[in-house]
Amino acid sequence: MCTFRTSIIGTVIEGLRALAIASFAAAACAAPYVPKDDATVLERLPVRPGDPIARELRQLRAELTADPRKRETAVRLAGRYFELASSEGDPRYVGYAQAALKPWWHLPAPPLDVLVMRAILKQYSHDFSGAMRDLEAATREDPKNARAWSWRAAIHMVQANYEKAREDCLALLKVESELYAVGCMAYLDGTTGKAAVAHRALSAALAKNADAPREVKVWVLTRLAEMSLRQGDVKQAEGHFRAAYFEPINDQFLLAAYADFLLDQGRPDEVIPLLVDWVKSDILLLRLALAEQALKSPKAREHIEALRSRFDAAALRGDKLHQQEEARFNLYLLGNKEKALALARENWKLQREPRDARMLLEAALAMKDPEAAQEALDWLERSGHEDPLLRRTAEKLKALKR
Amino acid sequence: MRTLLALLLLLAASFAYAHKPSDSYLAIRAEGSNVSGQWDIALRDLDFAIGLDDSGDGDITWGEVKAHHADIAAYALARLKLRSKGADCPTHATEFLVDDHSDGAYSVMRFAATCPEEVATLEISYSLFADLDPQHRGLLRLEHGVATRTAIFGPERVTQSFELAKISALTQFVDYAREGVWHIWIGFDHILFLLSLLLPAVLVFDAGRWQAVPRFPPAFWDVFKIVTSFTVAHSITLSLAALGVISLPSRLVESAIATSVVLAALNNVFPLVHGRRWMVAFAFGLIHGFGFASVLRDLGLPQGALLIALVGFNLGVEVGQLAIVSAFLPVAYALRASWFYRRLVFIGGSLAIVVVAGIWLVERAFNMKIITP
Repeated sequence: MCTFRTSIIGTVIEGLRALAIASFAAAACAAPYVPKDDATVLERLPVRPGDPIARELRQLRAELTADPRKRETAVRLAGRYFELASSEGDPRYVGYAQAALKPWWHLPAPPLDVLVMRAILKQYSHDFSGAMRDLEAATREDPKNARAWSWRAAIHMVQANYEKAREDCLALLKVESELYAVGCMAYLDGTTGKAAVAHRALSAALAKNADAPREVKVWVLTRLAEMSLRQGDVKQAEGHFRAAYFEPINDQFLLAAYADFLLDQGRPDEVIPLLVDWVKSDILLLRLALAEQALKSPKAREHIEALRSRFDAAALRGDKLHQQEEARFNLYLLGNKEKALALARENWKLQREPRDARMLLEAALAMKDPEAAQEALDWLERSGHEDPLLRRTAEKLKALKR
Repeated sequence: MRTLLALLLLLAASFAYAHKPSDSYLAIRAEGSNVSGQWDIALRDLDFAIGLDDSGDGDITWGEVKAHHADIAAYALARLKLRSKGADCPTHATEFLVDDHSDGAYSVMRFAATCPEEVATLEISYSLFADLDPQHRGLLRLEHGVATRTAIFGPERVTQSFELAKISALTQFVDYAREGVWHIWIGFDHILFLLSLLLPAVLVFDAGRWQAVPRFPPAFWDVFKIVTSFTVAHSITLSLAALGVISLPSRLVESAIATSVVLAALNNVFPLVHGRRWMVAFAFGLIHGFGFASVLRDLGLPQGALLIALVGFNLGVEVGQLAIVSAFLPVAYALRASWFYRRLVFIGGSLAIVVVAGIWLVERAFNMKIITP
């Protein structure tokens, strides 16, 4: 309840502080209202009705409404929506895609194209085991299905199952063109202690495939930047990030990785212009708020409150999909180390990529609790992951043990 | 090309949910056989389901939403079924507003439903957007009496039943009494008003200055009269306002309460009224009663047990008040002759109250200016 009376000043000394809190409280629970003017714009749709994409979606939807069991249309529509979900970062589209596959969603053995699409949608909701079951069935049925192999590799990478990921990459090598198969292997090598080799292989493949689609180039450049960082070559990494950034497409993952790089380098002022138009994206808003806090900008407070309300909304829904980000939010923006560590540990059960390990290590270090990060320390040993930043944090943790 | 695209998308798997997914917020309140509710649904979702952007420019305006209010009500309410003892409780929309949530603008629809008889178990079936977006969830907040429950609706949980605990008259009474105590405890303005009147109770104004009372009984009776008349006065207006006999704009009430605190405290420093402070307590008590009534309104009054809630809340306020008085009086009496009490607590304290209440007054008056253009 947001009544006026509860925000009353306790004492004169507390007055100003209370006033500040009260004004935030008021902003957080703005009451429903009736807009004054019919022309007031309440919402902007992300996809304008006149867009070619919107037209295509409308047409596919109309076809599917006429015949919901038309499989080819359903899979195409689902694929279109999935691409939108990825570029816009909006999970609604995954729901729409799932709805398109409704007649097949609960079938134990749907046709191959549905199987792969269903797996892709399942992994988006972090149902990795369900997705893997579908992908295994798909590669059994069609061992030349490059798409299924590459998703298998990707899921195995997220789970830090590197032997399995290697098998997937090798299978891909037999059926896919060079850049993709090399990309798969390089991503694996770059994570498991062979960043220099991976960097060489991937740059050579990119040079040979200058006509690759922009999305792929941005992906390759972002990975190259990460590999450079793992070798401690900050300058080279920045070159890759900038090259990727100047490709004329929006890529949230690139922006997030580039922003993290700038934050790590102590250059928060450069993060602001990069992300200022991306406040709708939770992951980018988090990085923007981190930069603003480092710069002691007055905007930080507002953005922290916005993030808090989004995490609260996710909690209300029972979602556990943001735990790594939420851990970072708690550790660096709220100073709530204990909760950050709990979230980072919970997240590690599901996702084991380098940035998940980093979060766990940093949260454990903040709590001076090396045992809590034991699994991440073991992962670092076993994988041979080279990132100097992670290694330094791990050393500090190990020193605490002694 | 798709292949590596797949890889690159997935390798950022933990980034997947960059946006908030689709949720609606459903608040339902059950009372007797009546159910009322508020349903916040994202405009984006409504646009996808029934089309709101008539102009086709990608912007959804208030005018466009307004033109579709009947469609929104028909679409949404057809996907929300309320049942009690196997019988439908038909719903109808009563009011439309908008609200801004963290991820954009929502249509806010208020609705009402009437069940055939008093609801003991409310069965709710929720299937909004179930056919369009299986990821959509309905977040329910169900209120009954002062109890609140939450639940999540989705494709796996379409129908859920909620047993509404039979609220006994006693629990209802205790609940409201507790709210009354809590309210006086956090209602600094009432406490300060009371203190302003009580501070001089252990003193007498004689020969142009304040002096210590010689004996305890007169101080006690003075306090007794003040507290009783304050209580009688605010009980009168609280009841009248809660029953809807009189209603005053809350801004006016809040500002008047702040003024009453300023005046009562000023009277200690520059005495105009003394001896008959119980009359002051009565007069201003009438105003404070309206303030209590607004709290009670926010809590919601059970239609079936109006009197019980009213009496319970009122008694709660008295209990809270008595606790403050019984903590104050012995200490004040013991210290009454000291310099500490007469200068620092009495004069200094009164001045501090004037300052704090003055800030409230400005704050509330300032608010008034912001609200009315």
